[in-house]
Amino acid sequence: MGKATRDAYGETLVEIGKINPNVVVLDADLSKSTKSVLFSQKFPDRFFNVGIQEANLVGVAAGLASCGKIPFISSFASFLVSKGFDQFRMSVAFSELNVKVVGSHGGITVGEDGASQMSIEDVALMTSLPGFAVIVPADEVSTRSLVLEMAKHNGPVYMRTGRPKVTIVHKADTDFKIGKGIRLREGKDLTIIANGLEVFEALEAAERLAEDGISASVIDMHTVKPLDTDLILEEAKRTGHVLVAEEHQIWGGLGSAVATFLAKKHPCKMGFVAIQDTFAESGKAEELLEKYGLTHPHIVKTAKKILGR
Amino acid sequence: MEKLSVEQLKAKSKLVRRHIVEMTGAAASGHPGGSLSATEILVALYFNLMDHNPQDPQWPDRDRLILSKGHASPALYAALAEAGYFDPKTLKDFRKLGSPLQGHPDRRKLPGVEASTGSLGQGLSLGIGMALARRLDKKNYYTYVITSDGEMNEGQTWEAAAMAAHHKVDHLIAFLDDNKYQLDDATKNICDMEPIVEKWKAFRWHTIEVNGHDMKQILQAVEKAKKFKGGPVMIIAHTVKGKGVSFMEGNNAFHGVAPTEEQVQKALKELE
Repeated sequence: MGKATRDAYGETLVEIGKINPNVVVLDADLSKSTKSVLFSQKFPDRFFNVGIQEANLVGVAAGLASCGKIPFISSFASFLVSKGFDQFRMSVAFSELNVKVVGSHGGITVGEDGASQMSIEDVALMTSLPGFAVIVPADEVSTRSLVLEMAKHNGPVYMRTGRPKVTIVHKADTDFKIGKGIRLREGKDLTIIANGLEVFEALEAAERLAEDGISASVIDMHTVKPLDTDLILEEAKRTGHVLVAEEHQIWGGLGSAVATFLAKKHPCKMGFVAIQDTFAESGKAEELLEKYGLTHPHIVKTAKKILGR
Repeated sequence: MEKLSVEQLKAKSKLVRRHIVEMTGAAASGHPGGSLSATEILVALYFNLMDHNPQDPQWPDRDRLILSKGHASPALYAALAEAGYFDPKTLKDFRKLGSPLQGHPDRRKLPGVEASTGSLGQGLSLGIGMALARRLDKKNYYTYVITSDGEMNEGQTWEAAAMAAHHKVDHLIAFLDDNKYQLDDATKNICDMEPIVEKWKAFRWHTIEVNGHDMKQILQAVEKAKKFKGGPVMIIAHTVKGKGVSFMEGNNAFHGVAPTEEQVQKALKELE
């Protein structure tokens, strides 16, 4: 088991702080949870804890960005995205300012704290803002590289990190670029496109499908926007069946983005593994993934359904 | 830029008011009332108080101004044009398709516009960010924010108020254009924020009260504000909505309604 993506974020932030003096970090009283606390210990002069206030957090970051700073702001995804949304819209996206946003505790694997703390709509909201790149990394390896890419990217970026420790699915030397998906497994019958911790579930599902003689590709589509449409098209043409898996509300997530693209360019049979328009509840992370249909047996079942087997 | 005298500032205010009336009249839309109430504040800033260079709008050491009450864009555009950021002839394109003079300020489109505003309550936070960047970069510029009594309703205003005081954000001077009205009615009838001066004091801001149409008082207030170190300053400017045009003064019908051609002519006569 690897580290949680939020840990990888916090550690990488310290590395960026050493290289780039223009990087500043802000948090809204959750730095111990989002892991931006690591930066605050190293660079106290470049860290601002604004208190429990998300709207002002975003605005202050936008002001800093307008003066050439590169602010990274963190809080729980559930509070940061929804409470800061108008500020993301006006002060960041519409203003074309270089603000980096990291929402931790994304999805339902927050666990025992329950539905109020679970962001299942962050990808839908943030992809709706013109100019924002949106990233959902799968493990600590990809998180480290993609946080570095975020800092280099000129423009606003949203990244969702997660609370639980997750299995490492990527090799240490993998080259990650914002907007470029990674093919982890190549198959001919079906393509599973996933992000976040669903990438691990997709790989597990591909193993089970192989036992039944079904050959599946697995793509880590860590960037939802801009979407790697070349890779999607190539896969859809080859396998003709596309399944999208994500720890997100089915409305407006990765599945919607892939389906909108394929509907225009290459309509094919599709399946979706996502949260079915409902709020979740308290429980252990693995219990919640099972109850809300996000574990690999659900992917296997959906795959067989669209393949007609 | 050369600093204008009080008498010259008064004359410039009249000119800016003429632009506001003409622009909103030509666009047949816009917000004349709140533009006219903020006129002296903007003119004092752009023509006396601020260190800025219209030939180099991105000069890193410039003083910054954020018009948080973005609907007063006609006053901002008129001041920017008169200061030399762009040709005053462009003012007639206000709110027209393809024009850089958007209904509410858009920093991407017009030189001199520091912040895109129009969703109320966001300006103070932006100002705090700019003031913190100044502190980090060890520069000397000031950040000015013009907010409004209507914006005092917004929660974000008070998030910003608390955070700026706690972090001792200085070189941040805000004006509250207290023109006593918001869209629906007098502020006292919608969501009364009085006692407003005491609120800012309680939030640990240094406060100064002025008549927002008295040039001398505005200049003196900023001079005092600059002497105050270690925290933000709020200048509460008591103003009259629609100031300078008799039939618009204190008449909230002109909050977001433009004058007719006949009313434009009548107003221009008063502003000769």
